[in-house]
Parts: sequence; structure tokens; C-alpha cells
Amino acid sequence: MPLVKQGRLTTDLFVHVADGAELPGDGAVLVTAERFLADPEALLRRGGKVGVIWPNNRNLDDLVPHLDRLASVALVFPTFRDGRAYSQARLLRERYGYDGELRATGQILRDQFVFMTRAGFDAFEVKKDADADAFAQTMKRYSVFYQPTGDGRVTALNRRMQLRHSESAGQ
Amino acid sequence: MYAYDELDRTLINERVSEFRDQVKRRLSGELTEDEFKILRLQNGVYLQLHAYMFRVAIPYGTLSSKQLRRLAHVARRYDRGYGHFTTRQNIQFNWIKLAELPDALSDLAEVGIHAMQTSGNNMRNVTSDQWAGVAPGEIEDPRIWSELIRQHTTLHPEFSFLPRKFKIAITAAEHDRAAIKIHDIGLRLHKNADGETGFEVLVGGGLGRTPFIAKTIKPFVPGRDILSYIEAILRVYNQYGRRDNIYKARIKILVHELGIEKFAKEVEEEWKAMGDVGLTLDHTAIEEVRSRFSYPAYEKLPHMPDELKQAAHDKLFERWRKNSVSAHKVQGYSIVTLSLKPVGGPPGDATAEQMDAVADLADKYSFGEIRVGHEQNLALPHVAKRDLPLLFKALDRLGLATPNVNLVTDIIACPGLDYCSLANARSIPIAQELTRRFANHDTADLIGRLHINISGCINACGHHHVGHIGILGVEKNGEEFYQITIGGRADENAQLGTLIGPAVPYAEVADVIEDIVEAYLALRDRPEELFVDTVKRLGVEPIRERVYATR
Repeated sequence: MPLVKQGRLTTDLFVHVADGAELPGDGAVLVTAERFLADPEALLRRGGKVGVIWPNNRNLDDLVPHLDRLASVALVFPTFRDGRAYSQARLLRERYGYDGELRATGQILRDQFVFMTRAGFDAFEVKKDADADAFAQTMKRYSVFYQPTGDGRVTALNRRMQLRHSESAGQ
Repeated sequence: MYAYDELDRTLINERVSEFRDQVKRRLSGELTEDEFKILRLQNGVYLQLHAYMFRVAIPYGTLSSKQLRRLAHVARRYDRGYGHFTTRQNIQFNWIKLAELPDALSDLAEVGIHAMQTSGNNMRNVTSDQWAGVAPGEIEDPRIWSELIRQHTTLHPEFSFLPRKFKIAITAAEHDRAAIKIHDIGLRLHKNADGETGFEVLVGGGLGRTPFIAKTIKPFVPGRDILSYIEAILRVYNQYGRRDNIYKARIKILVHELGIEKFAKEVEEEWKAMGDVGLTLDHTAIEEVRSRFSYPAYEKLPHMPDELKQAAHDKLFERWRKNSVSAHKVQGYSIVTLSLKPVGGPPGDATAEQMDAVADLADKYSFGEIRVGHEQNLALPHVAKRDLPLLFKALDRLGLATPNVNLVTDIIACPGLDYCSLANARSIPIAQELTRRFANHDTADLIGRLHINISGCINACGHHHVGHIGILGVEKNGEEFYQITIGGRADENAQLGTLIGPAVPYAEVADVIEDIVEAYLALRDRPEELFVDTVKRLGVEPIRERVYATR
């Protein structure tokens, strides 16, 4: 599956390790929340980077204490109509200050890229090659945003007020 | 009117190009129908029995004459020459072709109209009082807040894939014309003891197969905090609303299952935890939006102009005036309701010719402004009283002066089995038959205010639960049957109706309704006692006895 990271098609350095499967000796791994929480210390002591796949119906409380030692958090969209992970993403970025990789997994289409980026995702396991190829193009679709999120894009309302301010300052 | 600026226009155009790409990918097979379904629904496109249906938003029910003409153009160019106004300040076109949709959207975008989020599991068109800004005694114009919320909820990156659809309505008047208590969030603008403007926030109202009247979650949220408070409600709902069963996914079920206290506590905790996330609306921000609403330059006019005195001899005019003309906050002006409920016609439909003509009349008599109400009628909000006689003549010629506003033939009905793929039974022919039964306007006047609401299935798009008389189409052994409730209402005293008896077959519905009305006329204690008040005073039983005694 193509991975888009920081706007570009990238080789995925993380290996998805299924529950019960043996961990590779080194290298980056993505493990399930159950596996991670069963023994976080053992996993984090390993040589390689660790990422956790966090289900969209689980409260973030158990994940939060480990955030600063995780290299990736992967949130799940079982179907693209299930939008719970958007809230989790914003909470991780905006409330808990997580600044590592935030990965979207599941049914990811180009039509979600803008929403996901605005919610804080920066890595995307994209379902279709054509959508992955269209990432940069798709991100240019919108230039106006009505609501503030942690992504720092200036809202329409703020742009208007800035404009008004600069107009009145120029008089 | 709210004037779109360059940013609003840009966003709508960007949405049109995105949708054009989505349609293109569907037509080329790049998107499966399953994938496309969600995407088209986010832009108001349903697949109905015979064709695609296209729903266009009329935010808070305000239209300019230019916009209405463009809707007429869409009806003519892309559809079959008419449109259907809905109970949520939208207009629907029933015969649109998928390949032409992007062009229709693009034509609408030129006048600042869109179809964003008019369907799908996201935040729908924000609705309000169709008399906003002109109703006497209003706290302030609720459309300022409707527009702030409209912007905030448009293409929201967190809440575009909610468990289910989400509807917000706002009222600022004592009498609720926006039906806020049957919305996911209902907002009632009022002032607190310190004179500060804010909202009573209600949550969890809704109809459908499990109807609930909304409950107050917080009696006062200051205006500056309303966006963050709504954000907190939505975040709780997005995470905890049920996604396992489409019929249990609305916020009303979450509120019901948790209980309003527990739900309110969750929201309060989330709201507190949010802190300052740039959602507080300071004075400048509110004024920024307020400044782009323009109001007519009203003249100083007499309360009772000569034209009105002279026309008082005309019985037809007087009947229409008493029925369809309402008090305006400015002396010398009136609010005029245009009935889209002609005898024998489908409720809420307007032809392209009617739309064009209404746009012309709005230019001539109403400062170019038209309103759309949830009862599926139109209104001209700023008519000088001296112009009423001429306006009446013009509306009468167009078939838009039926003096039945709020009367028994002012029926709310969904499209029903004539169009809708969800329906079990027809709605429109029932409405048409009832308008013929009660076609005599003297009889209708004698009966007084009486709202009949008809839905063709349990999804309740025709708001049957809150009709003074509610009619619900069901299917029994392949035949259309109708359950009848009485005593419902959608206003500030909103209540669900009570079933009056066993379901009746299609052919008997109009007879039963006539009997119910007759029973009411016999039982009311004075002519001023409205149907709903008689039902409230006596309960359902005395009416049931009279109606079902011979059945």
C-alpha cells in the first residue's frame, strides 16, 4: 500500500507486526494497542522505533502517558464514513501536544486528505495508487478554511479581520 | 441579506471543482458506487425511485431575487421546470442528471448558492425563523449567529463523518417558528439577567422512528462561546454516538441512553478541557459578520395607508390579508406569506415561472428579498402596506394567494412514494385530497389554526409526529395504510402527537380527518380554542370515540 508522508510518496519504514507474530530484531514496528499495552517497556527498550495502532473506539487515556516515546501513532478508519479518528487526531495534536508521526490507516481516499491534514495527520496509507499520486494536487484544492484547527491555517474570519485592520490602518 | 465576499465565493467554487472531480471519477469507474454514494450525499445528491434528486441549501431561509431566479433557471435548464421547497429551508430538484450536476452547481455558485452538506452524515443547513430580522419583539437577528455557525460547520475537518446527520436550528423570537425542539441542537437566543446575549442550548430532538423532543443541556451559553460549546457537543457525539445501527445513530439516542445529565456532564468536561482553541467570538468577529448583513432603507410610512382602507371593501383581499399578512417590526410594513399550498396541488412545489415572478415581485415590493419557511411556504419580508392590494392581485394571478396559511390545508408533506425510494406510502395525493375536502375557505377559517403533517414512511420527513394532526404512511400486506396521531406541535411547546386509533386504508384517510375535525368543532369550548388546545384539554379519548364509533 502506498504511503504518503509529508506530502510525498515514501517507502514505509515501519513493519506492521500482527499480534502473536514475532518481533523483528531491529527496525521500526507498528503494533496493536493490546500488544503495546501488555508490556510497553519491553517494546520501547527494543532497538527500533515503535508505533502503535490505536483503535477508533478506545479512549486515548491509556496512550497519552507513552506519547513522547512513540515514533508513530496510527489511527484507524475502518470505512471512510467512520470519522471517530478525526477527533482522536485533533486531541493528540492539539490537547496532548503529540508531535510524532500521525498516520491514517484503513479506507483512505483522496477525498479525505484535506480534512485529515487539517486534523493533524501527516502520514497516509492510501488505498489506491491514483489517489496517492494525486496527493499534492488534492491538497491544493482548498485555499479557504472556515474553522481553526491545530494546523495553523488562518481562518476566513481572521483573514477578513486582518484585511479590515490593514485597510483602516492605511487610511 | 448576507453578502458573500471573495473568500466565501472562492470556497464554494473550490467545492464545485472538487465535486466535478468526484463525478468524473465515478463516471470513469475510478470510484465505486459505494464510495461515490458518501461523496455525493455530502453534496446533496440522492438516488431516488426514478432519478437523482438534488437538494440545494437556502441557509436560514433567506434568498435574494437574483438567487431565486437562478433556482428557476436550474429548474428549467436541468430539471422539469419546478422545484420542491422542503421543511428544512432547502429546495429539491427531482429529475437531475448526474453528468449535468457539476454545471448546475457551477451556475448556482455564481450567485452564492451551494448544496454543501444538504445530505449525508454531517452538519446540515443551519435553519432559522423565516421572519428573522423583521419579526416584532425579536432579541436580535438570529441570522448573524446562523451565518457564524454555517461557516463554522461548513467542511469541518473533524465533523464531516459523524455517526449520522446533524441539524441545528436557531430562533430569537418568543414564538418558535424554526421548530428548534425537534433538532439535534436547538438554539434559543435570549438575554440573561445581566442583559448579555446568549443561547439556551437544547439537544437531542428529532423525529424519525424514535422521536424525541429536545432537552435543555445548558440554559445560558454566552454568544461569544457558542462555537466552542457546539464543538464540545459534536466531539462527544462524534466519539460516542452509535455507529452500529443507523436507526440508533442520531444524537437523540446517545442523549437518551446516557440521560441528559450524564450527557451534559460529558460535554461540560470536554468544553472545559478544550481551553482557548481560537473559537471564542469576540465583539469584532461578531461585528465582522453582522456588517455583511444589509437591511432595507425603510421609509417612514403610515400605519394605515389609504390604499389599505380602500381595499378593505374587497372581500377576497381582506380574507387574504387577514390570513397571510403579518405584523412587521417597522411601522407601515408587513410580512407577507406566499402559500405554496394551492387546492389540489402538491405542498411546497413551485414552478420556474412562479419563482421568476416571485423574484420580480420581491424586487418591486420587498427590497429584493424572499424567505423560505419550514412549513414549505415562501414569504416576502418587507412589503409596504400601501402595496398590499397590488401585490395581492399579482400573487392571485400566480396562484400564490391561497388564503390558507396555518389553516387545515396548509399541509406539510414529504414527497412520499411518488418520488422517494424509502417511502412505504404516498403522501402528496393524501394532501391533495385533503385540500379538496377543505377547499371552502370559510370552513377552513371557522376551523382555525390546524397543522396537518404527512410522512410517507417512518423516517418522518413530513414531521407527522408534531402535526396537530399527523398522518404516517405504512405498508400492510402490500397496501398503503395510514396511522393518525393528534395533539402534536412543533413550536415552543413542542409535543409528540398521540395515536388516535387503528391505521386506516388509503381511501379512508380523508374521511377520518374530516371526522376528527368535526369532532373538534363539536367539542371545542369556544371558537377561539385551537384544535391542539382542545386535544390538550380533553385528551384523545373523546375525539377517538366520535371518530371510531361508527368504524
